[in-house]
Amino acid sequence: MTPPASDSWSLGDRGFHSRIIVGTGKYASIDETRAAIEASGAEMVTVALRRVDLSSGAPTVLDAIDRKRYVLLPNTAGCYTADEAIRTLHLARELGMDEMVKLEVIGDPKTLFPDNAATVEAAARLVKEGFKVLPYCGDDLVTCKRLADVGCLAVMPLAAPIGSGLGIRNPHNIRLIIENVSVPVIVDAGVGTASDAAVAMELGATAVLMNTGIAAAKKPVLMAEAMRLAVDAGRKAYLAGRMPMKAYANASSPVVGLIE
Amino acid sequence: MAGASIVITVNGAEQQVPAGTTVLGLVEILGLAGKPVAVEKNREVVPRARHREEPLADGDRLELVTFVGGG
Repeated sequence: MTPPASDSWSLGDRGFHSRIIVGTGKYASIDETRAAIEASGAEMVTVALRRVDLSSGAPTVLDAIDRKRYVLLPNTAGCYTADEAIRTLHLARELGMDEMVKLEVIGDPKTLFPDNAATVEAAARLVKEGFKVLPYCGDDLVTCKRLADVGCLAVMPLAAPIGSGLGIRNPHNIRLIIENVSVPVIVDAGVGTASDAAVAMELGATAVLMNTGIAAAKKPVLMAEAMRLAVDAGRKAYLAGRMPMKAYANASSPVVGLIE
Repeated sequence: MAGASIVITVNGAEQQVPAGTTVLGLVEILGLAGKPVAVEKNREVVPRARHREEPLADGDRLELVTFVGGG
């Protein structure tokens, strides 16, 4: 089902209906990549930049992505400094992309947690160069504010370490970011299953970005569909406004008129 | 200069190419013509429009990159 047009969202001047952004890594084949993207309903997909494999004529990830249908979002995965990330994106720009970039500046190899300070520095420089920057960052409100201040189109706080599938580890932080940052908040990294995606959306996230949660499922294409439905369900629940939690029961059936 | 050759480094591996080879020539030698490839020479991006005339010199270090699957 297509969401109502009124629930579309945008990054700069680019409008979206889908609130799921998917990665293209770790799939068993190009065909599986293509089918999972399709099943997820995503309109934007991430890719990484690496040396050309000179020994192989194998199909590349670009064969899985219909550029007329999907916005290509190059990332800077594997970069540990602002300079490396910027160098990577200069090359990505040469390959043809859609102005937007997923900035990642990693600060620790074991957790792949971002170097938030270097991310802010890189973001500021990239914005000055005309890039439309979507930064992966910690679930830290102040970092997110700084990233918005330097001109990022959105902020993408992690829910849990990249590829961990641990779900939303700190929903309160995500909520504080959503309530206090002026740009869209895209929860990025850590979503492991459909309920995680729904939780992110129920918190009020604008969208969710995921890769391993789909690609590492036993049946990735089925999980991609589950994620699409969960994002949609979570979004609708957010818009509907959940009931307040109560400590004790409150009967659903009338308490008067009981037979005696 | 016919027959002379130079040694360059492509993606970390040394490669011998004829003297006078351009970036586009190298891309063709590698069988990558028409493929989505971005090129850096000595850490500077060589814009696609300049591949045809950009000369290669002995000792140049080239990076040829493309998009791969990633999150």
